[in-house]
Amino acid sequence: MRVPLSWLREYVDLPAGETGRDIQAKLIRAGLEVEGVEALGADLKGPLVVGQVLAIEELTEFKKPIRYCQVDVGDANGTGEPQNIVCGARNFAVGDKVVVVLPGAVLPGPFPIAARQTYGKTSEGMICSARELGMGDDHDGIIVLPPEYEPGTDAIELLELVDEVLDIAVTADRGYCLSLRGVARETAIAYGLPLRDPALIDVPPANSYGPAVKVEDQAGCDRFVARSVVGVDPAAKSPIWMQRRIQKAGMRPISLAVDITNYVMLEMGQPLHAYDRHRIDGAITVRRAAQGEKLRTLDGVERTLDAEDLLICDDSGPIGIAGVMGGAGTEIADAVVDPETGEVTGTTEIVIEAAHFAPVSIARTARRHKLPSEAAKRFERGVDPEAAKAAAQRAVDLLVLVAGGTAEAGVTDIVAPHPVHAISIAADLPDRVAGQEYGRETVVRRLQEVGCTVVGTDVLVVTPPTWRPDLTDPNDLCEEVIRLEGYENLPSTLPNVPAGRGLTEAQRLRRRIGIALASAGHVEVQNYPFIGEAVLDALGIEAGDPRRDTVKIANPISHEEPSLRTTLLPGLLGALHRNVGRGMMDVALFELGRVFRVDGTAETLYHAPRLPVDRRPTEDEIAQLDAALPRQPYRVGAVFAGNREPQGWWGKPQAWTWADAVEAARTVADAARVSLTVRQDQHTPWHPGRCAALYVGEQLVGHAGELHPRAVKALNLPERTCAMELDLDLLTAGGAVRAEAPKISTFPVATQDVALVVDDAVKAADVEAALRAGAGPLLESLRLFDVYRGESIGAGRKSLAYALRFRAADRTLTADEASAARESAVAEAATRVGATLRG
Amino acid sequence: MSAPNKSYDPVEVEALKPEEIERLRDEALAAFAAATDLDALHEAKVAHMGDRSPLALANREIGALPPAAKAEAGKRVGAARGAVNKAFAARKVELEAERDARVLVEEAVDVTLPYDRAPRGGRHPLTTFAERLMDVFTAMGYSVAEGPEVEAEWLNFDALNMGPDHPARSTQDTFFLKDADSVVLRTHTSGVQIRSLLAASEPPVYVICPGRVFRSDELDATHTPVFNQVELLAVDEGLTMADLKGTLDHMVESLFGEGISTRLRPNYFPFTEPSAEMDMVCFVCRGESVGNPDRPCRTCSSEGWIELGGCGMVNPRVLVACGIDPNKYSGFAFGFGIERMLMFRHNVEDMRDIVEGDVRFTLPFGMEI
Repeated sequence: MRVPLSWLREYVDLPAGETGRDIQAKLIRAGLEVEGVEALGADLKGPLVVGQVLAIEELTEFKKPIRYCQVDVGDANGTGEPQNIVCGARNFAVGDKVVVVLPGAVLPGPFPIAARQTYGKTSEGMICSARELGMGDDHDGIIVLPPEYEPGTDAIELLELVDEVLDIAVTADRGYCLSLRGVARETAIAYGLPLRDPALIDVPPANSYGPAVKVEDQAGCDRFVARSVVGVDPAAKSPIWMQRRIQKAGMRPISLAVDITNYVMLEMGQPLHAYDRHRIDGAITVRRAAQGEKLRTLDGVERTLDAEDLLICDDSGPIGIAGVMGGAGTEIADAVVDPETGEVTGTTEIVIEAAHFAPVSIARTARRHKLPSEAAKRFERGVDPEAAKAAAQRAVDLLVLVAGGTAEAGVTDIVAPHPVHAISIAADLPDRVAGQEYGRETVVRRLQEVGCTVVGTDVLVVTPPTWRPDLTDPNDLCEEVIRLEGYENLPSTLPNVPAGRGLTEAQRLRRRIGIALASAGHVEVQNYPFIGEAVLDALGIEAGDPRRDTVKIANPISHEEPSLRTTLLPGLLGALHRNVGRGMMDVALFELGRVFRVDGTAETLYHAPRLPVDRRPTEDEIAQLDAALPRQPYRVGAVFAGNREPQGWWGKPQAWTWADAVEAARTVADAARVSLTVRQDQHTPWHPGRCAALYVGEQLVGHAGELHPRAVKALNLPERTCAMELDLDLLTAGGAVRAEAPKISTFPVATQDVALVVDDAVKAADVEAALRAGAGPLLESLRLFDVYRGESIGAGRKSLAYALRFRAADRTLTADEASAARESAVAEAATRVGATLRG
Repeated sequence: MSAPNKSYDPVEVEALKPEEIERLRDEALAAFAAATDLDALHEAKVAHMGDRSPLALANREIGALPPAAKAEAGKRVGAARGAVNKAFAARKVELEAERDARVLVEEAVDVTLPYDRAPRGGRHPLTTFAERLMDVFTAMGYSVAEGPEVEAEWLNFDALNMGPDHPARSTQDTFFLKDADSVVLRTHTSGVQIRSLLAASEPPVYVICPGRVFRSDELDATHTPVFNQVELLAVDEGLTMADLKGTLDHMVESLFGEGISTRLRPNYFPFTEPSAEMDMVCFVCRGESVGNPDRPCRTCSSEGWIELGGCGMVNPRVLVACGIDPNKYSGFAFGFGIERMLMFRHNVEDMRDIVEGDVRFTLPFGMEI
């Protein structure tokens, strides 16, 4: 809502020196979101005057037609001689009154004006358009003024070019502030000044001879006021003051009848509609639409109506969507001038509608038809139903005053009875909500200021004013008191929070994982969870794979990516690709986040019950809510490309490999204090020969390794890109593991190396397991330090060299004891995997 | 070796003559002084201190002397050998110091060589900033609550007093699931607050809910369809707006420094009543840029205040929907976007930098924020 200060001052006698900024600060404190103050004409400087065009010389030798004009500006130029002005606009004729800016003036911009050579002439100033004067966006031509102003009259004052405008973002609960009346009320309260309420005007009582109206749906329309004015001069134009106020409030002046309805709406917050009476067929009827019924609205669009839409109809059918937009058929006719006689024809009899419609109905209709009109915006947020009569009267008065019409005596006012809604609150409730003592007297006074009727002592019975439909609950009233007493005056205290237990194990684990992976050289990313079929295709994930069973969004940002991720890899690989594309060739990224998995086809999935809100849902209902949701496990993923170690003075580069991917998984497992078992696997999108399946016990928890070259190519990734992904929920399914302190033996270590030759197909993990099993409890640690393939051991075989460390808890081991343990280890390896000692 | 001889005269034994002992000593001292490196010193040591050295041989002759002469001869030889040992040790220290000086100079390296061998890693500032916030509140006794990102509408909207016709429930703002009833991508973490209230058999409930949320906005310099929020909920007996204000003040002081406070401005949210918009004093200019064109502040656009988010007293209707008696309990809540706070706290100019995963953006934030 844009509120010109000059207009606001009509209702509140603000101190003369009070600036827009001052008022802004006061209103912000009272809870109006005043986003800014626009200073109109701040850099404007005259002379800017009314001129009369005396002569026009058409210059035709240029690309576009140009006019060289002589304009009478009275004495404004100091000489009284006509001013010579070059003008590119063509919407004026000799004799017209225009707005002339003279050399020495400054137009908004700032844009200094001087006499200058143009189109072969000297232009001593400019004839102005509305846009050049900062009045609006209208640049269709120059302003042609009504004929009654004398040449030389100051146009800055005439056009009210200097003003300040408050720009207020009105929250959903404060519909009344979508009017000068409402903002003036808040301003008056903020300054402790009286309000001149524009709705307090004399209105004749309803009678039976007003325009015929039938309200068939009183739930949708609980008030309908109709008035009529005859003898309207179709040639009458909106006066400048009205046009200017409408412009400053952010709307466009259109025609007299429309301008008057908009003006009254801005003033009182009551949307009005003006009909050409000759175009209404029979009684005005308010009813719901028939499904599929059609109406061409004022914007020229033919709309198919829904059975929920509330309509204004006549005997011919719909003539408007109630409270949203009028129909094209009953629009006030544009004035038409007969070129022969100069006679103006158009609408001469006008019916004014001032109605009140159910907010929810209007909101739904406006949303359904994507018609967020000024009227709908107000009805949705709540309009004062008691203002309808005054608003209609105001419109009638303006039609009489400005358009020479005559008000008809008939007053139609259909009112559906609605109960008075009183709220009982303890007089000290605002104190208890705020944590500050206001006292009953202050509470009562503040509630009365906003327009409430208050009775009672300890318990107050409060009846909110008709323009405050948002005040329904005790806490709403508390807010009124507290905001007017000033949120800024609230004390600052701390509650006694019961002792807490800090983060949960799962929360701490995610931190440890993040720190561990980052310490290992990985960079964390947070990717969008949106994916599409294309990336699953590129990864080679086949139909039937559970990762294809995605949760789909009805209104995705991009139709290329309408699903939620079932794996972290697409996002990670996208981020990897982006980094490589930007020249970071050596990248290791990780992400911790949820994936969305659809398991099975439970009927409950995606179908959450609509539960009431006046009670706690039952445990069963809560379970139904959860059953509607897909599984959303936490995962950790990592991707790698390029070098782990760059080439440097220390030596050759070391690439990130499949082993680093597995290592990253181990880093995560270590952080979770679980031990990971690695098994060879084949799993899309990994390289079939370089894919590790990761287990905790017998539970598969993820995969790691090098990606399939086909996926790498399809996603345009660097060769040998590697990846890892683990399900954290599965990883920690065994619960928190407490580290067990080892017994530290201080007896000497006995080291024994052993090289075992095995078949190439034998897995290192199996050899190690055999050695561990065979070596027995004296084995402290075991480490593979070399893998060798060569002629000396034969084709298809490999030699694995291990360093074994033996130690006893209670004594120094003898050489024989250590050797015996080693031999036992080798024997077990021979039995299990056919290992032979390398000779 | 000569046999002991009672009539033996030490003066008669050539090797034990005082002048001879002095000569041997001086020869040894000269040899050590002449040694220019540790090898030469070692040779001199063998020659003058070894088993076959003249002083060692002379020492042996002492045994052959008659007891009366032994003491004097022993004293003389002992003093000479002592002087030789001392001279050797001193020279050895000298030569070792010389060698060390030389070798260590030879071993010198250019320690300014760059060493970017081990890759640097980093955690995303959204993660670490959320953690920082959680630490502030867990220190106050709050728990950190989490919940699903795909959420039932009842938990995301209805229970929060956002009825079926609330404008936020349109596709303009909310991602809906296809072929689903009443399931959405959560638009705020408030559903977690509701879950916390439902999970507690009875207040007090003090939780902070960080997490990812979704709104159907296009990504641009200041908007992202996926962002992170932190919301707080406190429900207990006798909680007041003053408690809300104090909690906010404590938070901004913890995050932005001593003396930074908040301001509440009335606003409207369906889930709180009274509701407020919360601002904090600009931590960069502390308000000094206001009306001071010479000292503009880009963090607060010279407004002196930075908008944080929304807050208020939990609407009693929300408590009712969770089965909590609003006549006995009251609560306060607030919420804000972590991206926004990260942007003004660290001068991030473009939202896209936060979401795109460019390592150059994340690395400078390190492990903690």
